[in-house]
Amino acid sequence: MHVPDGFLDAPTSMATGAVAAAGVAVALRGAKKELDDRTAPLAGLVATFIFATQMLNFPVAAGTSGHLLGGALAAILVGPATGLLCMSVVFLVQCLLFADGGITALGTNIVLMGLVTVVVGWLVFRGLQAVLPKRLSMVAPAAAVGALVSVPVAAFVFVLLYAVGGTVDIPLGSLTAAMVGVHSLIGIGEAVITFLAVGSIVAVRPDLVYGARRVLATRDLEVREVAA
Amino acid sequence: MKRVSTRTVLVVGLLVVLVLAGFVSYYASSSPDGLNRVAADHGFSSAQEQHRAEQGPFAGYETKGLDDGRLSGGLAGVVGTVVVLVVAGGLTFALRRRRTSDQPRELVDERER
Repeated sequence: MHVPDGFLDAPTSMATGAVAAAGVAVALRGAKKELDDRTAPLAGLVATFIFATQMLNFPVAAGTSGHLLGGALAAILVGPATGLLCMSVVFLVQCLLFADGGITALGTNIVLMGLVTVVVGWLVFRGLQAVLPKRLSMVAPAAAVGALVSVPVAAFVFVLLYAVGGTVDIPLGSLTAAMVGVHSLIGIGEAVITFLAVGSIVAVRPDLVYGARRVLATRDLEVREVAA
Repeated sequence: MKRVSTRTVLVVGLLVVLVLAGFVSYYASSSPDGLNRVAADHGFSSAQEQHRAEQGPFAGYETKGLDDGRLSGGLAGVVGTVVVLVVAGGLTFALRRRRTSDQPRELVDERER
């Protein structure tokens, strides 16, 4: 979903640039609380995983492909603030080194594929955690649902931005249907990859997974009760 | 559940990432992605401007001067992985809470368990 230069006009691009800068500033503060000696290297790994996986376009319909966005995945593995930083680094490198995603559209891409997928993925995940049993086996499925929802929402936010600052006048109804439709399919791929990645780390080292911390804390309490 | 060291998780993870970026990426679908397809179908793909970094050595995930598709894309993927690792890893490493000496070791271990 990398937006190239030219799709959105300059005022809209500047506005998304400002939102992205504010988001990154907040994330820089928040990440200090999320990161410690153990999780900092994992965050670097998560950023490279998102970069690599974004190269892997999978077919979703005739002549159309999609790739992981990764905000939900990053938020659940390393925390939402650190997750947004990882995503922003990936978009910056893609833009400057690989000419993927416009330079004036960098803010737009950080907002759409970073901020929106991190926030939506994290909120859906936390909402599900509140109602699901507090078990480790629930972490990956909840992450997958967060991922599934995050992609069409990001596509819808693109339509909102296009409605404000799109450079070519087109009917918004059909644009909404097309964008949300195809990105719902891409969301399924996003959910599968997120489930596998989060599930793998939860299986070997649940203590490294940010989104599993509350579950582990509850479990520790139970153990102490039995011991007493 | 078998306890795997953090180092093992990181090393295996990085190897998986390098294989994905350096090898599997060759087999990725080359069809336009969701947004590009919608832009083409709905008539605003013409608004796309030429990328200012298009002349770069790795633009379009291809290595300039390498004609072999596997090598060209694979090298671009590996270079990108290393650059992202250095930038993101450096940033998160600089931001991390350091284990302070006045913090009892047992308390830290309790949290890490």
